[in-house]
Amino acid sequence: MKELSLHLLDIAQNSIAAGARHVDLTVEERGELIQLTVADDGRGMSPAFLASVTDPFTTTRTTRKVGLGLPLLRLAAEQTGGELRVESQLGVGTTVTATFHADHIDCPPLGDTASTVALLAQGLPEGMELTYTRRTGRGEFRFDTAEIRAVLGPDVPLSEPEVAEWMRSYVAEGEGETA
Amino acid sequence: MKSLEELRAIREKMQKQIDIRENSADDIRVVVGMATCGIAAGARPVLTAFLEEVAKRELKNVTVTQTGCIGVCRLEPIAEVYVPGEEKVTYVKLTPEKVPRIVAEHLVNHNPVTEYTIGAAE
Repeated sequence: MKELSLHLLDIAQNSIAAGARHVDLTVEERGELIQLTVADDGRGMSPAFLASVTDPFTTTRTTRKVGLGLPLLRLAAEQTGGELRVESQLGVGTTVTATFHADHIDCPPLGDTASTVALLAQGLPEGMELTYTRRTGRGEFRFDTAEIRAVLGPDVPLSEPEVAEWMRSYVAEGEGETA
Repeated sequence: MKSLEELRAIREKMQKQIDIRENSADDIRVVVGMATCGIAAGARPVLTAFLEEVAKRELKNVTVTQTGCIGVCRLEPIAEVYVPGEEKVTYVKLTPEKVPRIVAEHLVNHNPVTEYTIGAAE
């Protein structure tokens, strides 16, 4: 993955697959640290599955016996001197936290977080909401699909290409002000 | 600055088009693979390109959706196009540059771009 925002896009798909009703994405910059968090209220994992979840040969997918999302994120974080934490409880949800040292030469750029957020919102299953919080030393930006749906009303879905485009520009501009 | 006002304007425009859309039984579906394999290979800009192109041309009978791993990871980014009454077409090794041609020739004019399909790649 060439950008941290691509990891974010990838890991959030796990929350969708876990049948979550809410997924909360956070990107926080604190000094030289960048922390990515994906927290959901999906079905969660058993302690046994959780123990091996960053093993590439552990996966829920059916097309292959390997699952590389979390292992790749763990590798990327650890290569910068950071770490990956996964907390999960069956029936409650899962929280994935990856910490990166931005001043390390192996730290990928944060990249296009606005595209990640807009595309996730565009592809959300019915009945699922997403929030995105971007926090830096200069401020905070928050995006919530429930608010967007409230404006759009029942007839216009988030999956409309024009709505997706609007969301991307909206997030890009909003979080740009915290940069 | 992007405002919620702009979003309301989009809603109003869309609502006017809903009647037309409900009458069309010929909805075309574009499905982009967005699993780890697809994302790592560059599926995000491909999906963005499909959305941009469909929005630009105001194709009301096209829905763009996402799915997990399609199963041929080495040929990602992959998109499948479903046109009612026609065989499914699987496009492989996509780039954002290839997308406008697929939209123009396949989604609008119903001529699949054979050279980008899985048949041509294998």
